[in-house]
Amino acid sequence: MIEYAWLIPVFPLVGMTINGIFGIKYIKDKAHWVAVPALGLSWLFSILVFIDVLNGKTALIELFDWIITPDINVKVAFWIDQLTAVMLMVVTTLSFWIHVYSIGYMGHDPGYPRYFTYLNMFVFFMLILVLGSSYLLLFVGWEGVGLCSYLLIGYWYERESAWKAGMKAFITNRVGDYGFILGMFTLWYYLGTLNFNEVFAKAHTLSPEIVTIATLLLFAGATGKSAQIPLYVWLPDAMEGPTPVSALIHAATMVTAGVYMVARSNVLYSMAPLSLEVVAIIGCLTAFFAATIGTSQFDLKRVLAYSTVSQLGYMFFGCGVGAYASGIFHLMTHAFFKGLLFLSSGSVMHAMSDVLDMRLMGSLKKYMPITSFTFIIGGLALAGIPPFAGFWSKDEILHHAFTSGHITLWFLGTLTAGITAYYTFRAVFMTFFGRGRIPKVIKEHLHESPPVMTIPLIVLSIGAIFAGFVGLKKGETTYFGEFLAPVIHVVHHANEGHAKAIPESMLIALSVAVGLTGIFIAYIVHMKKLIDPNEWVKRLWFLHRVFYRKYWVDELYFALFIDRTLDLAFFSWKFDQWIIDGVVNGAAWISRAFAWITRYCTEPFIVDGAVNGASYVVDLSARVLRRVQTGLVSNYMLFVVAGTVCLLTVFMFIRLF
Amino acid sequence: MMEYPIISLLLVIPLFGAIIVALIDGKNEKAIRWFALSVSLVEFVVSIPLYFYFDPNKGFQFVEKYPWIKSWGAWYHVGIDGISLFLVLLTTFLTTLSILASWTIEKRVKEYMIAFLFLETTMIGVFVALDFLLFYLFWELLLIPMFLLIGVWGGPRRVYAAIKFFLYTMAGSVLMLGAIIYLYWNHYKLTGDLSFDIFDIYRTSLPPSVIPYLFFAFAVSFAIKVPMWPFHTWLPDAHVEAPTAGSVILAGILLKMGTYGFMRFCMPLFPQAVGEYSYLFLTLSVIGIIYGALVALVQEDIKKLVAYSSVSHLGTCMLGLFALTPESVSGSLLQMINHGISTGALFLLVGMIYDRRHTRLISEYGGIAKVMPIYATFFSITAFSSCGLPGLNGFIGEFLTLLGTFKVYPLFAILGATATVFSAAYLLWMYKRVFFHEITNPENLKLKDLDFREILIMLAIVTPMFWIGLYPKPFLDKMEPAVNTFIESVKSAKNTFVVDKVVYNLEK
Repeated sequence: MIEYAWLIPVFPLVGMTINGIFGIKYIKDKAHWVAVPALGLSWLFSILVFIDVLNGKTALIELFDWIITPDINVKVAFWIDQLTAVMLMVVTTLSFWIHVYSIGYMGHDPGYPRYFTYLNMFVFFMLILVLGSSYLLLFVGWEGVGLCSYLLIGYWYERESAWKAGMKAFITNRVGDYGFILGMFTLWYYLGTLNFNEVFAKAHTLSPEIVTIATLLLFAGATGKSAQIPLYVWLPDAMEGPTPVSALIHAATMVTAGVYMVARSNVLYSMAPLSLEVVAIIGCLTAFFAATIGTSQFDLKRVLAYSTVSQLGYMFFGCGVGAYASGIFHLMTHAFFKGLLFLSSGSVMHAMSDVLDMRLMGSLKKYMPITSFTFIIGGLALAGIPPFAGFWSKDEILHHAFTSGHITLWFLGTLTAGITAYYTFRAVFMTFFGRGRIPKVIKEHLHESPPVMTIPLIVLSIGAIFAGFVGLKKGETTYFGEFLAPVIHVVHHANEGHAKAIPESMLIALSVAVGLTGIFIAYIVHMKKLIDPNEWVKRLWFLHRVFYRKYWVDELYFALFIDRTLDLAFFSWKFDQWIIDGVVNGAAWISRAFAWITRYCTEPFIVDGAVNGASYVVDLSARVLRRVQTGLVSNYMLFVVAGTVCLLTVFMFIRLF
Repeated sequence: MMEYPIISLLLVIPLFGAIIVALIDGKNEKAIRWFALSVSLVEFVVSIPLYFYFDPNKGFQFVEKYPWIKSWGAWYHVGIDGISLFLVLLTTFLTTLSILASWTIEKRVKEYMIAFLFLETTMIGVFVALDFLLFYLFWELLLIPMFLLIGVWGGPRRVYAAIKFFLYTMAGSVLMLGAIIYLYWNHYKLTGDLSFDIFDIYRTSLPPSVIPYLFFAFAVSFAIKVPMWPFHTWLPDAHVEAPTAGSVILAGILLKMGTYGFMRFCMPLFPQAVGEYSYLFLTLSVIGIIYGALVALVQEDIKKLVAYSSVSHLGTCMLGLFALTPESVSGSLLQMINHGISTGALFLLVGMIYDRRHTRLISEYGGIAKVMPIYATFFSITAFSSCGLPGLNGFIGEFLTLLGTFKVYPLFAILGATATVFSAAYLLWMYKRVFFHEITNPENLKLKDLDFREILIMLAIVTPMFWIGLYPKPFLDKMEPAVNTFIESVKSAKNTFVVDKVVYNLEK
């Protein structure tokens, strides 16, 4: 089956083409009949391929030559191994169910076929990203998903905030891609290839400095795509897109591309301890930083968005401490529970007529039993409560951080787990429990979503409950880790020994306790109201303000980069108009002035000069004409034609003006 | 090899077409349009065999060489290699589309079509001429129809723009003419033969002391045409005032004559100087890339924005040429074609909306994606092609160019690669302001989406974007040997400065 893996991205491509060309005019509100079956086939094929890979098969499928020059040889080829198989499963499963969900969610949207065209296109590029056998092909998918993200964030383009967010996303990503491109250049410069297998095979020939530079540059691309410090700013704004898009692109799949890339390049990263350290620190800081912002937001989707940034940080944190498999594991569990949380919040939005402010919610459990149930499952998984999926993967990452000797980062990560539990359940309590603060107009229409939306919710909840069990211990490693072992180059840390002093069970107990504490705080503050949150906001006004205004990072970037670039652009433009063009026009003006002077002042001299010059001119023209008068007809023809053309032009020009 | 003189045919068809158009009654505009279109279409069809019969490993092909002005040693010498092949094809392709896009011209259709067909002959002439005098003749003749297109069918400031364009390029040409005459004379002095044939002149050694002067005479002339920073200010004016098809040809073909000039004449003729001054040109290219992009960012007029983006893109082409690696030169050559297609398409699109609203100011639009969805789709594809999105043509050219440059001049490649960020910024910002948002200007509510003719044009031009983006092999394969020959010819001589001096003295 594995040899047919190339068909997996073809299905959404076909779906996208059909909907793209015939959608608006002919298919209209039946667009899902094209898009959803296409994804169903992709899903089916992915499962079959996955089974093949489980049986130990891998494959390199070469389709056709792409860029071939003497020094670079890139084919359009797919590389399927264990890592690809995991990603394929995650992408197609989530995509399929979110497509189904979209039928209900986007049902009444006038741009229905356009929506499915974009969504199919996204899946196509995402599959290229995970299947590509070279950095360059990965980059095609990488940019392609960025394009779809742009199109889908700005899907409701009449809304100013929507297209602004779309543009911000694309350009911020491009900043990261700039680093990624340079990273590719560096690899190619030293290795002469960009194909994964060749790069990894030759990697040992690279000097440590070069690997460090290359991996850091590639990681710069990852900070853009996967929303890490310092380029995370676009992701929270990306929530302007339709909610299924947030679930699929901005939580489950696209934003994890950076993690996938780092895990895919683990051979390189493991050779560059400094880069790994940077990845770990950035990941952990982002996790903490985004979580603190998440505690103060009132927009339900924004809470989830910051939580996504935070969880992506965990994944990088995992990769950074050398536990690539744990990073990918968290990627997988996160895809389920965060996709679920977003879809549930979409269901809430659907019922609440697009209101997202949690201050206007509460008691929704009464009206939307299924949605609130699935949201809570997702929340428990996010908070890292056993046995839900998030617990297993988050705990694995923290455990690896500890055993690899990153004690400070481990502490910060554990603290973040507590904060995560707090803001998740803050959202749960504010939305689904307590006294209803719902405006009357909305209350009249409150209803549970239709089955086409709730069934995907239930399916994903199953994933959010059970996906973690693949991380069960198996000897030294886990089932999941063992499956990925052929792809992952294990890093052995020098100071592994001292960490063994504390048994793993204690670490687990600690992180569960921290999670429960977070939930408990949320419970007493937002459910029981034993502590008045408003009073605490007043007391900690400074912290709250910093969190609420997101540390003023957006404002800072505007002041530092965007406005300065625009200043420079305006300056260049003025420079162009006044200086460069000024010189040009000035030269013209001087010539004219000179001509005027010649005419009125120097004419007398020329008369004299002409006398002397005459003999010279006669002599010269005689010489020239002797050449011209060759007696050959063709020469005379030329002069006639040229002369005619000139005259005609002059006449035509005079007449036309 | 082909039996019939295909290049002469290409030169003659549009010229005869122009003559016949001149004979048609000027009031019968419909007939003139259809006739001109069919002439250009025939021309395009005739040019296609060039691609199939072209054997990349054989150097110049389809060569025709007849004495022209024997006593001067001027030859009618034409031929095509891997460098000019695609430029000729691009010319015939874009001319056809431009004529189709000129359906909305109402003023003096007859003269317009005459000028256009005449223009096509001269453009092809520039790319195929292998004789200095012939080349120069076409180079200069070309100015006339272009001057008329801008000056007669242009916008409100057309006269200023046309004269600026004419004088600016003329100033460069004069320098080149002087240099050509010197080369001709030098060849005569050393060999006793009179010849304008470029191969004869390639082989002639030059007194080292004059090489820099000659090099700069050519370089300035071509740099104006490219245009390289800081010789670019004629371009925005010319573009803004030119009619749509004029802009397409200007951006698509005329600018390529500058880069082509560097490849065919300037660099192989004076390899020593290329070695000497490459940093100067690399620097100017990078300034052009960044500066063009920055200025494009703050333009109010869509056409001006596209014009400045051309400055930026052509900077990439020049960077690749002067980096002199197989990747960078192939990339640069591909980027020339890409720019012709993508920027040509952008101008066509701007023209389509201009036909409807008679304004190009970005602020006049907003929200038109709603009323013109097909137009918006084509525009977005084109914009993404222009800003180098993988899968479309722009990426391949840009990537190869920068990759090749990185190999020898990493710093310049790093600076040049910032274009990826900037180009996305200015194009998306413009796109957003034109297409998104709610419609605030009631005029825009009445806009009609593209008609059949316009969709046809756009489909024709979007096809190669995908083709080059997804499968550039047919293009790269045909250019590769020519690119290598070019690099050899420039590089082998790079270090022979001293040797040359000796040889020259001996010959004398």
